[in-house]
Amino acid sequence: MSDEEEDLILSELNDEELVEQMMDDLYDGMKPEIEEGVNILLERGWAPYRILTEALVAGMTIVGNDFRDGILFVPEVLLSANAMKGGMAILKPLLAETGAPRMGKMVIGTVKGDIHDIGKNLVAMMMEGAGFEVVDLGINNPVENYLEALEQEQPDILGMSALLTTTMPYMKVVIDTMVEKGLRDDYVVLVGGAPLNEEFGKAIGADGYCRDAAVAVEMAKDFIKRRHNQMTAS
Amino acid sequence: MLVLACGAIAREVMALIRLNGLDHLDLACLPAILHNTPDRIAPALRAAIAKHQPNYDRIIVGYGDCGTGGEIDRVCAETGATRLPGAHCYAFFSGVETFDAVAEDEIAAFYLTDFLARQFDAFVTRPLGLDRHPELRDIYFGNYEKLVYLAQTDDPKLTEAAQAAADRLGLAFERRQTGYGDLVPALQDA
Ligand code: B12
Repeated sequence: MSDEEEDLILSELNDEELVEQMMDDLYDGMKPEIEEGVNILLERGWAPYRILTEALVAGMTIVGNDFRDGILFVPEVLLSANAMKGGMAILKPLLAETGAPRMGKMVIGTVKGDIHDIGKNLVAMMMEGAGFEVVDLGINNPVENYLEALEQEQPDILGMSALLTTTMPYMKVVIDTMVEKGLRDDYVVLVGGAPLNEEFGKAIGADGYCRDAAVAVEMAKDFIKRRHNQMTAS
Repeated sequence: MLVLACGAIAREVMALIRLNGLDHLDLACLPAILHNTPDRIAPALRAAIAKHQPNYDRIIVGYGDCGTGGEIDRVCAETGATRLPGAHCYAFFSGVETFDAVAEDEIAAFYLTDFLARQFDAFVTRPLGLDRHPELRDIYFGNYEKLVYLAQTDDPKLTEAAQAAADRLGLAFERRQTGYGDLVPALQDA
């Protein structure tokens, strides 16, 4: 980064320039700058949800696309996600009280035997950014954890993540157990993780396989819309 | 016959060819760093097999599944090549059965092989950005308790390197002598 940019004083930028700058800062994983930017926009009277979508989610979508296209790598994505997390921590308590839209609820977790959680965390964050309430079960979840969370949280969506060839079949164990218990149709089941593909998602009986967080958000919104339509129809 | 292997097991394949007099086996390698971008492994393999196939009656693919979600198996099925058993090199060096039996109980173990002990910086530290951003350590390894060095050879220098890696990651250290595991029969019976 050039010296000129380092000397930038965020509060002197107009709204448009500031949002642009925040997207750059998010790309570069600069957490303190993101937090500062969020606070400035709040002071200027921006609604928390608007800051979330127009600055943070929009910025993170660019990061996600560049990761998908092989321009950014895992460490950069992590730093950006960390910066976004800083901004979200400020916004989250404000979202509910300022009437941000509620899209639905998701329970998400990495399956048993697997500790990879970077992708899952990213999905959880982008889902929150899109207005979903997210309950994160963490890593290494046996089927019991999922069932318990479904019962307790009554989510619309169950999300499962796996990064190992050896752990991805466990998703089927969870789905089969849901079928056995007559619960399967009560939830939308989305799955993801680098070694998965659409064919695998279909084969295990998931509703959808998502290549990345952006696809996950779109698909989740779509399913929620369909569910609402079904409910009003019946 | 050609062994078309991941660069991360080249040394081990060479050692076994030498030790066991498997002179009918040639070795060609793909870059080990593909390890970090598994979606590129199958296309690279397909191209390499196409290049070598005219010169060999059989090709052994020196890979596990390696996080390709079955793509390497697909390439093998398309081309008539066969691959090594198991999900990855940690499994076939340990012996797939042994690995599967212990792995479930040691979810908090991060594995190194001789290759990774030797190349820890180039294959772990730098690709994960830990050299530039040591603060990412907890995000990557926060769920881990120990580093298990699966040793193919008995080399004090490598043990030392693996121990140093564990120290840097703040993990307990364990060394397990595996030898070449299932790589031996895979090459010998080929
Ligand atoms: C970073 C990483 C690690 C980190 C994990 C840190 C962490 N806290 O997660 C560390 C270094 C600790 C690690 C450990 C191991 N790893 Co690792 N790891 C990777 C690596 C390089 C990147 C994964 C990643 O984070 N990607 C970045 C995120 C953003 O992408 P993503 O996970 O794909 O997620 C996106 C999508 O898939 C999707 N998505 C993901 N989950 C979900 C869920 C839902 C519901 C939805 C809708 C979408 C979705 O959206 C996400 C965001 O866009 C991959 C290789 C690769 N490039 O995939 C190997 C890889 C997955 N690891 C592998 C292995 C073998 C291991 C170890 C066994 C290695 C060891 N030496 O011990 C251990 C695992 C132990 C265990 N029991 O789990 C292998 C798997 C091989 C196989 N046959 O399965 C890989 C493929 C590398 C390789 N080629 O060998 N690993």
